[in-house]
This record gives sequence, structure tokens and C-alpha cells, in this order.
Amino acid sequence: MKRYAPYLILGIMAILPLIGLSTYMLHILIMVIMWSVIGMAWNLLGGYCGQVSFGHAAFFGVGAYTAGILYYKLGVSAWWGVPLSVLILVVEALIIGFICLRLRGPFFALATLAMGEVMRVTAENLRDFTQGSLGIMLKERTWVEKTWYYYIILLIAAVSFVVVKKVIESRLGYYFVAIREDQDAAESLGINTTLYKTIALCISAVLTGLAGAFYTNYMGYIDPEVVFALHDISIVTIMVVMVGGVATFWGPVVGSVIMVLLAEFIRSLPRLGSAHQTLFGILLIVIIIFLPNGIVGDFPKIKRIFGFGRRS
Amino acid sequence: MRPLLEVKDVSRFFGGLAAVMDVSFSVYPGEIVGLIGPNGAGKTTLFNVINGFYKPSKGDIYFKEKKISGLKPHQICKLGIARTFQVVKPLQRMSVMDNVLASAFLRVKSKTEARERAEEILRFTGLYDDRDKLSKGLPLGKRKRLEIARALATGPELLLLDESFAGLNPTELNESIEIIKKIRDSGITILIIEHHMKVIMSISDRIVVLNYGEKIAEGTPQEIANNPVVVEAYLGEAVDA
Repeated sequence: MKRYAPYLILGIMAILPLIGLSTYMLHILIMVIMWSVIGMAWNLLGGYCGQVSFGHAAFFGVGAYTAGILYYKLGVSAWWGVPLSVLILVVEALIIGFICLRLRGPFFALATLAMGEVMRVTAENLRDFTQGSLGIMLKERTWVEKTWYYYIILLIAAVSFVVVKKVIESRLGYYFVAIREDQDAAESLGINTTLYKTIALCISAVLTGLAGAFYTNYMGYIDPEVVFALHDISIVTIMVVMVGGVATFWGPVVGSVIMVLLAEFIRSLPRLGSAHQTLFGILLIVIIIFLPNGIVGDFPKIKRIFGFGRRS
Repeated sequence: MRPLLEVKDVSRFFGGLAAVMDVSFSVYPGEIVGLIGPNGAGKTTLFNVINGFYKPSKGDIYFKEKKISGLKPHQICKLGIARTFQVVKPLQRMSVMDNVLASAFLRVKSKTEARERAEEILRFTGLYDDRDKLSKGLPLGKRKRLEIARALATGPELLLLDESFAGLNPTELNESIEIIKKIRDSGITILIIEHHMKVIMSISDRIVVLNYGEKIAEGTPQEIANNPVVVEAYLGEAVDA
């Protein structure tokens, strides 16, 4: 039964738009799926390989801008950004990896945080290339209907899920976890830690960037403040995985459902809405204290708590 | 006979401190060589130099007549030198099986083969019944044995054991001695750091003694036990029995 769960969920997700959801509902679903992709990507690097990145906006933004600049400078459809961004992101990941992956633990995290900010400031200031803070606007969107966008992001998500699962179940997965648990031990067991950390970073960057390229096409407008945002992209990425469950297959998916719905809910609250960052912060603290392994990782614990509650 | 491992005039400095100073010795195929010395003598530093964590400040190390000093630890492991750590470094949130499996992938590419190999090694080291436990939950004795199992899974020709007997109770001690002997009989050469004199005297073919980073003696267990310099290094002065 458990083996078929991914197919079952994919099937249900594929039928959903056909039952006539409102445009708003469809938008929420698209955001949920997009964040699942980013979460799965981050989870591969941060959750399994233990390299906690605070700068995934660097990859999201570059993916988004690849699509945007193709459209704006060369006049080709921004959809070409989806395949092309793969190449550009690998190059970017190699460069960032070369700089950051020699650092460990908190130093890696800080270095990636800095890289994300460097990318944002660069994008703001290369005005001839990126339009700076004006951003890039797609003059016409490919479809007015959201259904096709939904299917495209669903496809990207399905591919990401399969890629992450295959990688984690292979030799690479064992190496990633070994590196997370003890880099020195892994190295002494014949694991080329630099190489495998770079591989994890590349896969993670590509998947994140694909979501970015999709974002440009879907939203039709990007600017550096949005796609390279530290708080709205890099931090939310970490939260999605932390809330859902680090180093679990379904954690990022569950996390993105909760985070997107919660964000929508909090924003709709009168007065409190503008404080949604604060509320997210509090939520993160609560999660880290009570469910350090996230909702999926600590599910047995959640069941126990509620089971206990019923009995008493 | 050609030496399997040759340590040639190796020194390692940390700032002004010489942790290892002009040490030379050889290990021949099939031997068990003991490396002993008081605390702080530089034994573990020497392991770290052989295994590639540190580059020697001076001197070279040869493995099967190929220079290995300067290579990365994973390259040295691939060539056939595996080690264990004095302060055990199990991959904590992985099961015992997965710990060994991750190492076994070094020589075999398919998961089925790696699993077979890992199972064989777990039986060999007596950890098979604990294979599904998380390694952080194991008692110290078994964690020490897991270190050995993991090192074996990389298919080494030379095994560096760093105090694999420290802190074991007498039963565990005997089990571990048996395992070490079985490893030697399977054709793997062993260089072992140990404080437990009874153990080192009974299993070593030869012993190298370090003190303050320098080699002060080398010889058979019998010679070492009667060497006045060694006795002095350990006890401060020679005593008449």
C-alpha cells in the first residue's frame, strides 16, 4: 500500500483541476506544489547531506532570471528558461560550492546566506542586464487559465520526487547521510566528501532553479527583492522542510502544504496579517522545541500525544 | 620481503610543538605491529598522518612502494588503508547495517553486492544481531567493534586500529582479540595502537615504541618488555622485580 502512495497522490493531484476549483484555490495548489519542489531540493542537500543552506534564493533567483532574461533580452519564450536553467544552475552551484563547501556546519550556512545576498545585490545593480529593481515583466502570459501551469509544476514536482528518491536509495544516498553524520569518518571510509557534497549541491540547485524558472512564467513578473529574498525564499525554504520533517521523503510536501496555507490564513487576519513573519518565527521556535524532526519525522510522537489526550 | 607500509623520517609539527619527530619504521605483509607509548607520545597523530588527515611536515610515507603522503584520506582508503578512531565516530543516526553498507560501496557498485558484503562482515564481527539498531544506541564495546567492521568493509590490506580495546570489559576484550587474530589470518596486515599491555604483548609480532614524538625502541614483545628505555618511559625508572 505504502509503495503505491506516491502514484495515488499524483493521480488525485492530476484529477483535482478537473473538478472545477476556483482560480484562487488553483493558485494556492500551485504555490504548494512549487514550494514542495524547493523543499525537496533543499532537503536533499540540507536534510540528507547535512549541508544547511541559508541561501537557496540564490538558485531560485537565478532560475527565475534565466527565464526572465531569455524573454527580455532575446525575445524567446520564458519557458526555454526551464531547460536552459539546468545548465546555468550547475555552473552556479559549482562556483558557490567551490567557495562554500570547504566550510563546515555553521560556517557553510553563513557563507550560503552571504551568497544569496550577493546574488540579490548583483541582480539589483546589473541594471543593463537584469533591469535592476524595475524587474522583468512578461508582456503576455502563455495561458490565462491556471490549469496548464498547474500541470507543469505538478510534472516538475513528480520528477523532483523521483530524482530525490532514486538518489537517496542509491549509493549516493548512503554517502550523503554518512557525510552528514560525520565528515571525517566518511572521508576515512573512502568517501570523497568534496565530490559528493558538490553533487548534492548541484542536484539541489537545479531543482530549486527549475521552480524559479517556473515562477517567472507563472507570475509574469520578477524583481530581485522577490526572487532573491532572504526571508521570503531562503528562510521559508528551510521552514518548509523543518516543519514537514528533515530527511524524510514526504516532509517537504507536508511542510509546504502547512506553510502556504498558514501564510494565506495569517495574511487574511485583520491587523495580525502584517505580522506574519513574526508569527512564522514563533511557529518555527515551537516546532524546533517540540517536534525537532518535523511533522513527518515526529509523527509517532504526535500520534502518542493525541492518543494520550483522548484517554485522559 | 618488501614492506607494505614504510614510514620514512616523518615529522609533524603543530606550531612549535613536534607531535611526531623523525619517526621511521616499516610494516611487512601479514604482520601485527603494535604502536605503544605513554599518553601524548604522538601515536594518534602518526595515524592521522598515515591516513591522510594531516600532511607530514617532513618525511614521506610509502604504501606498497607508492608515496601516499599528501593524498587525501579517501584516496588513501581506496588504495587499501583503513582506520578506526580512538574516539569512536559511528554514523549515529544510521543503523549498524547502513554504517557498514556505506563503507562497503567503496569496492562494489551494486546495492545487492554491498549488502551481502556488509552482512558477511557483520557476522564476522559478531554484530549481525544488532544490524537494525541505530548505532548511537550501541554500548561502547559494540561501537568499537562497529569501527572495525566499517573499516573492514572498505576492503583494506592494512588496518590501522586506534585503541580498539580501551574501555572494554574482559569478555569483550577476549572477543575482540579473537576478531583481530581472525582478521590477521584472513590476510590483512594490522598496525595497532594499544595501552592494554597484556593484549599488545600477546598479539603483536613486533612493537614500535614512541615517547615525546620520537621512536625510542622497536622489537619483539619480549625485547620491548625487557628494554630499560621503554620501562623508564612508562614507569619513570627501572625497578628490580
